[in-house]
Amino acid sequence: MKLLEFLKGERKKSASVAKERLQIIVAHQRGHRGQPDYMPMLEQELLEVIRRYVKVDQDAINISLDSEDDCSVLELNVTLPNRD
Amino acid sequence: MAKIIVVTSGKGGVGKTTSAAAIATGLALRGNKTVVIDFDVGLRNLDLIMGCERRVVYDLVNVIQGEAGLNQALIRDKRSENLHILPASQTRDKDALTLEGVETILGSLSEEFDYIICDSPAGIERGAQLALYFADEAIVVTNPEVSSVRDSDRILGLLSSKSRRAEQNREPIKEHLLVTRYNPNRVDDGDMLNLDDICEILAINLIGLIPESEAVLRSSNQGVPVIHDDKSDAGQAYADTVSRLMGEDVPLRFQHVPKRGLISRMFGGGGRR
Repeated sequence: MKLLEFLKGERKKSASVAKERLQIIVAHQRGHRGQPDYMPMLEQELLEVIRRYVKVDQDAINISLDSEDDCSVLELNVTLPNRD
Repeated sequence: MAKIIVVTSGKGGVGKTTSAAAIATGLALRGNKTVVIDFDVGLRNLDLIMGCERRVVYDLVNVIQGEAGLNQALIRDKRSENLHILPASQTRDKDALTLEGVETILGSLSEEFDYIICDSPAGIERGAQLALYFADEAIVVTNPEVSSVRDSDRILGLLSSKSRRAEQNREPIKEHLLVTRYNPNRVDDGDMLNLDDICEILAINLIGLIPESEAVLRSSNQGVPVIHDDKSDAGQAYADTVSRLMGEDVPLRFQHVPKRGLISRMFGGGGRR
């Protein structure tokens, strides 16, 4: 069986696939850590408003909340499509 | 003042109760006055793993609701006089647990014991949050498997935001990784996440590595925590974990497939997969 696999060319080991997938999902989860519960909703609604005026993709919007000392900054990043 | 340690994982079935029972027993065997609390209200199982299911009279919820005193509910372990078990309720719903009730119980236990081990229910709901809220340290039980690792990361998020230490801006909960059901043969085949990868992804300190072992089922069948089986690989791995928890520097075992000698290679048949 091993020989057969070798002859067919080494397949990608499933454990390394698992590692790659986990690194991506964990990084994503950590990005949302410590955010208030309303953030996903806020992100969704902001996207809807922007979409009324400009055609943007679901993942073209990035929102984050950073706290420094006594003030919080809500950062909104929207990648607008190229004007042709 | 007792040290409060929560055994948690997010995902179910990864070995929380097995680990809580083994670690609490190990701490008691090493001379520490230890109590292990089952927080899984509605689905208690710690009593079965500890082999005291027929001696449960009162439980955690009875104590919180003032129907029984703490000393009436605590069950002394048959094998170690340093160890007590506080079982969960079988019948009540999980809302019977209150933050104030848990705080009062932990406060009284704290005066009497050196270690309080909280066996968390699965999930990230109320029961799990209460189990970890007052913790000083956390043991995050993880299997080398994608859903378990992801859920462990979620729990790490809760530990750093939804605990008393986090809310009071105190020194954060000390987080330890306990990898269970590890199979070095499958790791070598490339079909199981290896230990270094899990440590890298979760980025917390490793406290122990428990190999996949037949001894675990054998022990739970008998209601004897696996750490009592000191001939078994899992029993020894838990003993190492307890030593590390007590601050000792113990080398890691069971990470690799044991090298087979000439005799066993000639007569031992195929390797176990």
